[in-house]
Amino acid sequence: MDFTIEFDKQQIESIENILQEELVDLGVQSVILMDLAGNVIVNLENGDVTHDVYSLAALAAGNYGAVSAMANIIGEQEFSLLFHKGEEESIHFSKVVEDLLLLTIFNKNVSLGFLRLKVAEAVKRIQVLI
Amino acid sequence: MALINPKKKEVQVKIVYYGPGRGGKTTNLEYINKRFKKRIQNEMVTVKTYGDRTLFFDFLPFDIGEIKGHSIKVQLYTVPGQVKYNATRRLVLRGVDGLVFVADSMDLRREMNIRSLQNLKENLETFNKSIFNTPLVLQYNKRDLEEEGIPILSVDTLQRDLNSRLKAPSFAASAVKGDNVPATMKKIIALTVGSLRKKLG
Repeated sequence: MDFTIEFDKQQIESIENILQEELVDLGVQSVILMDLAGNVIVNLENGDVTHDVYSLAALAAGNYGAVSAMANIIGEQEFSLLFHKGEEESIHFSKVVEDLLLLTIFNKNVSLGFLRLKVAEAVKRIQVLI
Repeated sequence: MALINPKKKEVQVKIVYYGPGRGGKTTNLEYINKRFKKRIQNEMVTVKTYGDRTLFFDFLPFDIGEIKGHSIKVQLYTVPGQVKYNATRRLVLRGVDGLVFVADSMDLRREMNIRSLQNLKENLETFNKSIFNTPLVLQYNKRDLEEEGIPILSVDTLQRDLNSRLKAPSFAASAVKGDNVPATMKKIIALTVGSLRKKLG
């Protein structure tokens, strides 16, 4: 059996701290760091909501894969950033490194521009740790 | 590629039900979902077409208890069986830890089973995986059709067609009735988790 990316306890704690500081403290509902097989690596929530993160991650991995296949058809390697806007809640996807995705679920109290900035910062900080 | 979270002491294991279209992969998961309802906390997720065929996948997660102090989360997936959906099949196979190949026992589907198994081998190779090194269980589904007078392949024929080289554990089953559906699942979980034990130390 092969293991693509392995995390030790300390790495996971450091990633949790980054996501807490950059995103949860900003007011997002939840953040999920996951791999493209649909496994949940880190999941933080602000306490207001509880999502079925495992199903979300499975669907997100499929969704990301499907959109990447679309990108290939039009001559792009991939779309590294995806955003689904809802009436109340929205989902933002960002690639962290090959095989890792960061999913952020947020409501209208958080501006998309600011969120994108903070996601980019979090991604940069996580990349150093992996 | 099972994911081990050393902080939460949790392992996520991905098991994929593969096989030709209309072979009963989704029915397997539906039966498991119904039968083990009490132990399954989350809803089964399905992405279907209007014609009720699996478009992308079905997904059923549940906990099976602890091994060496780690809680084990099993995630069952199906793939769309129709030939034209190969790109989505490949996506679902990403990171697979264990496989159930659901073959259709109907006489008419003999060729389809062989082609689907070949397709599985090829798709695994795109992830540098070999079907011979991946935990695998074969299920010969729709045995109940015999009672309705529909011609079905004998288990010997299915074994010769599909399992002569693989020599994987196999079950004659009826997903509609639930016969050997839990046995198939338990076997693949045992094989997959067994290969993890060493890793957990």
